[in-house]
Amino acid sequence: MSRRPSSYDGVAVCAPVTVPYVRFSPESAHWWAGRALQQLAQVAGLQPADIDGFCFSSFSSGPDSAVGMIQHLGLTPRWLDHIPTGGASGVMALRRAARAVQCGDADLVVCLAADTNQIDSFRHSLAGFSRFSRDAVYPYGYGGPNATFALITDAYMRRFGITRADFGKLCVAQRANAGSNPLALQRKPLTLDAYLAARPIADPVHLFDCVMPCAGAEAFIVTTPEIAAERGLAAATIMATIERHNAFPQDPVQYRGGWAMDIDGFWDAARIAPTDVDTLQVYDDYPVIVAMQLEDLGFCPKGEAAQFIRETSFDIDGDLPLNTNGGQLSAGQAGAAGGFQNMTEGLRQIIAQPLGAQVPDAEISLVSGFGLVNYDRGVCTGAALLKALR
Amino acid sequence: MSERASREKRDPLARKKARHTPPSARSRAMHAMSARAAMGRFVLQVCTSCGTATYPPRDACPACWGELAWQDIENGGQLLSHTIIHATTDLYFRDHLPWRTGTVALDAGPIALVHLHRDLAPDDRVEVRILLDRSGNAALFAFPPDRGFDMTDPQLREFIVPVQGKTVLVSDARSAIGLAMVKALHDAGAGLIMAGMLPPTRIADADHPILRLPDVQMVPLDITDQVSLSEALSKIGGPLDIVINTARHVRSGGVSGGANIVEQRRAFEVAAIGLTRLAQSCGPMLAGRSHGAFVDIISSDALTGSADHAGFAAAEAARLSLLQAFRHEIREAGVRVLSIFTGPVEDEHHQSIPPPKVAPARLASATIEALQKGREQTCVGDVADDAMTRWLADPALYAREKNL
Repeated sequence: MSRRPSSYDGVAVCAPVTVPYVRFSPESAHWWAGRALQQLAQVAGLQPADIDGFCFSSFSSGPDSAVGMIQHLGLTPRWLDHIPTGGASGVMALRRAARAVQCGDADLVVCLAADTNQIDSFRHSLAGFSRFSRDAVYPYGYGGPNATFALITDAYMRRFGITRADFGKLCVAQRANAGSNPLALQRKPLTLDAYLAARPIADPVHLFDCVMPCAGAEAFIVTTPEIAAERGLAAATIMATIERHNAFPQDPVQYRGGWAMDIDGFWDAARIAPTDVDTLQVYDDYPVIVAMQLEDLGFCPKGEAAQFIRETSFDIDGDLPLNTNGGQLSAGQAGAAGGFQNMTEGLRQIIAQPLGAQVPDAEISLVSGFGLVNYDRGVCTGAALLKALR
Repeated sequence: MSERASREKRDPLARKKARHTPPSARSRAMHAMSARAAMGRFVLQVCTSCGTATYPPRDACPACWGELAWQDIENGGQLLSHTIIHATTDLYFRDHLPWRTGTVALDAGPIALVHLHRDLAPDDRVEVRILLDRSGNAALFAFPPDRGFDMTDPQLREFIVPVQGKTVLVSDARSAIGLAMVKALHDAGAGLIMAGMLPPTRIADADHPILRLPDVQMVPLDITDQVSLSEALSKIGGPLDIVINTARHVRSGGVSGGANIVEQRRAFEVAAIGLTRLAQSCGPMLAGRSHGAFVDIISSDALTGSADHAGFAAAEAARLSLLQAFRHEIREAGVRVLSIFTGPVEDEHHQSIPPPKVAPARLASATIEALQKGREQTCVGDVADDAMTRWLADPALYAREKNL
């Protein structure tokens, strides 16, 4: 049994920024990171010297890591981290930065994810993604993540009786939520009929089950409540977090993620129940992963996601507002920034600074991350509960 | 201007179909798997400490961090999930969509992503074989159990070399091996067999019933002579799909005592320089084909040398070396290079060698099988099998034994 983690007293999360995404960009990850810092400077009145902690995530900054990035961007932090976990990097950055601030290793940490997407760069980044992928996945039809998640979706649908229409409800709701977000790349209303009639990409995954790769950047600040207040920044506290990697390696096909290993301690630490959550910002590379998280995060028992989806409204003014900016499925997937956008959106909703429509009376957001298909499944998972600091 | 339609069936203005190959970068451990798959083996890494079988290839056991060793292992499994890929960014697979893949739980333990035979559905029992893809790398392919190779499955055809209807050149068809090869190709349904006849052609040779078969065309050919080779290739009225190099110059003799320099030079001219000449002239023709292949019949003496056939073995060793380089060169074009190793053959060159010897017909049928299973390396007969086993186990010891 693991020890119970300490609380996150003395930590504030604030200043969510999003650099508007574009489908293709001739610029570099460095440029996108620069734009995010520039926004942070405007929002929080930051100078380079104010940033004494820096946590960075990117797939396309090569050959630079966080090290190259700080010299490139003129930072002199006393605490530095580089997180290579893509979709799980937002939650992981939050966790690491929070402990650094809490323990006094840093006063103000900028957590930043930036990725560019140049013509044909998606194909190249796929080709070199991981050793297992290169050896044993891409030579098998080269379907990329679409094919990997098709296999997971196929097994999940047959095991639990969930249908494409159930997945479709999630995608349609997220698209409706994207409608009010001026930065979402796909805002054209989606009907369930259009979802069901879309062309197959890798059965049973069809067009609207897939995210659109794009360029973009996301960032937020982790600091003390006092510093946030001095700078006039609305902030949130961290109620609880979890993180797990390579969970359930014996499951032949992934039907649950690492959240399921740690979920009880998560709700215990936060001293709330899933029904207390005002906005749910879950990682949504494919709707099957959203369904899996509804179960693994405790919103319904394993195997009952279909029923839960049928009974729940996921719109911004619904029972459980889901991915209120449209999620990656509608806003776009800007590489590692895709693992940050649910963090910035969850934070925005509870500090009342949404990009689009505001979830009424939102106080608590659940944010999750899911990243890195090294071979046949997503390896890294994390989740965090944020509560408005009022 | 003439209104008469051209008899040429191909459009001279049309751009040639570009041939792509699947992604080829692999880890060193995966190359070790491919080297074994090339021999038709089904292997996985097994931990030498705890016995856990693992896949994809690793460099340490995930259960106990022990050393891993390759092991021949049971190849059954069960299909857990499947998909049909309709979209890809890869040029090779774009040419071959839709493409079926699946997840298989191997009886040996690991989970593997596989190419999927079209008749399989989730929960089916499967038999997994390791074939070589068009880039020459190991590729797991799941078949319905106890079913032969289904040549009509378009996805499987990417991993094999169909013979039916193809145009094949046999570089020396006058020898016992060559005649058997022509007969086997005929029986396998080859479309046109160009039978290379080393000049001067004797009437008795040309009258051989095998060479009189309707789909066989005799052509004078000496692969030690570039003019002869160019003329022979110019007589092929269309594309060339497969080359089977049966030419060899078998003579006994040592190095100092009993060496015949003239014979040794001829052995090198045929086996080594001849191979290069064939590869240079035929390679570009094969590269344009959907299933181009180059097959070389090679002596197992190439592995170690041989005291009593020193010059012949040396020439065969040079041939093996060139063949390996050629295989690597032409992989980019998707052409398969197959080696068929044999010991002494039941023919006029091995009259004074006691059995076991390989019947030419057996060598020929093994060649057809190697093509139709896409196997890169095949040993035919007890002598070649024994030689390969000893050589793989302890090459230094085997070289010593062979030359005692």
